[in-house]
Amino acid sequence: MKEENQLDLFPSGKLHITLNRLAQQLIERYGKFEDVVFLGIQTKGVFVAKRIAFLLEDSLQISPIHLGELDATFFRDDFRKRSAPLQPNRTKIDFLIEDKKVVLVDDVLYSGRTVRAALDAMLAYGRPESVELLVLVDRQHQREVPIQPSYVGSNVDTIETQWVMVDLVEEEGVVEDKVYLLSKSQE
Amino acid sequence: MVLSTRHLLGIKYIQASDIQLILETADNFKEVLNRPIKKVPSLRDITIANLFFENSTRTRLSFELAEKRLSADVVNFSASSSSVKKGETLLDTVNNILAMKVDMIVMRHPLPGAPVFLQKHIDAQIINAGDGTHEHPTQALLDCYSLKEKFGELKGLNVAIVGDISHSRVALSNIFALNKMGANVKVCGPPTLIPKGIEQLGIEVSFNLRETLKWADAVNMLRIQLERQDKKYFPSLREYSNMFGLNERLLASLNKELVIMHPGPINRGVEISSEVADSDQAIILDQVENGVAVRMAILYLLARRNDE
Repeated sequence: MKEENQLDLFPSGKLHITLNRLAQQLIERYGKFEDVVFLGIQTKGVFVAKRIAFLLEDSLQISPIHLGELDATFFRDDFRKRSAPLQPNRTKIDFLIEDKKVVLVDDVLYSGRTVRAALDAMLAYGRPESVELLVLVDRQHQREVPIQPSYVGSNVDTIETQWVMVDLVEEEGVVEDKVYLLSKSQE
Repeated sequence: MVLSTRHLLGIKYIQASDIQLILETADNFKEVLNRPIKKVPSLRDITIANLFFENSTRTRLSFELAEKRLSADVVNFSASSSSVKKGETLLDTVNNILAMKVDMIVMRHPLPGAPVFLQKHIDAQIINAGDGTHEHPTQALLDCYSLKEKFGELKGLNVAIVGDISHSRVALSNIFALNKMGANVKVCGPPTLIPKGIEQLGIEVSFNLRETLKWADAVNMLRIQLERQDKKYFPSLREYSNMFGLNERLLASLNKELVIMHPGPINRGVEISSEVADSDQAIILDQVENGVAVRMAILYLLARRNDE
């Protein structure tokens, strides 16, 4: 396999504009954000959720925003189909989600299985009034379960050999935000 | 990350990186156990047989809870109510159980090496829940986890193991585990209950409890294994208690924050007095709580691919 063809999905500062747009859409839907909680799906969904929460709190003066970190590893249905056990991450939810309006946040939506697992994992913390899904990148037409996002940063048509890479500065060793489509071709 | 082994037969057979991975994964399960709903579906397609050829309360309950909280199907077996009494061999018993499509075996057996023997003859994964006077790996791992939780790191820690070292599988597994994690170990007890040449495992030996406790950051007080002793190793329990028992007066005279562990069951008034066992310095019940999380981590990491 040889890497070639990196396509920048958010060129020249567009990532900031997109995150702002998503925040505005959330305001349109939720107004003062009473009873709204954000759950970022580990690992990169947490980073995206934190960016959105920061925009809402800092630029748009809506506070406080409730933000939790959700790890769906133990709820995945493909756990024993992999050669090595999946490494779990931290779940940190300091509030009850009973009767709350939950916004699940992830970086890339692909097969939908992570979100399905996250829905299961979330139920351990109560029964929310409603659940919506926000993703930075939606790889359309690749779904394996019937899950659709409510808020989408960017829609991308991809084929199986392509891969969406999300590098955010919150991650160790990343110096610059970059979201790009990687095409791999057989040599 | 993957464990370097398919079975958990003893700490001797695993590496420091395996211990590290198990302790880290246990952290995640400890968080699960503090949720309102303490159950995850990770092992829902796995069947586990708990084979206890020897009595146990804590270990058996702890394993069963760990298995159930991972959503595994569980079958239990105890020697007292089985065909073992009718003369069936260990291998026949286990093969019969495996014929009913069981994926993992958790076994406690009075004979040292029984899980190692079994591993050579069957395909299922085996977790040793204690084999005679040999090893008790899950106890050592939960002791390490509890120490790490208390001190942050195991490297450089001074840990004393006091009591019946000869007949204790907890001692041997703890020595291996603490050595691998870079802690310093000193064993202490009457000379008759300390095996000759145990220094060769890279540990120190002392016959003086006060000196040992002065040196230690944490102490693991072991029970006298009367059921495994074929003769008298010391004049009387009262004398043992005077020389090697940890009581309030001795603890107070040390004047330091010694962390006290005990693998249970406690013989109050023999190796440890009631006041000490119930004091704030004892983390005995934390050990039991952590045991479930650590066993969940071990089961989770050993559960193997369906198609292998």
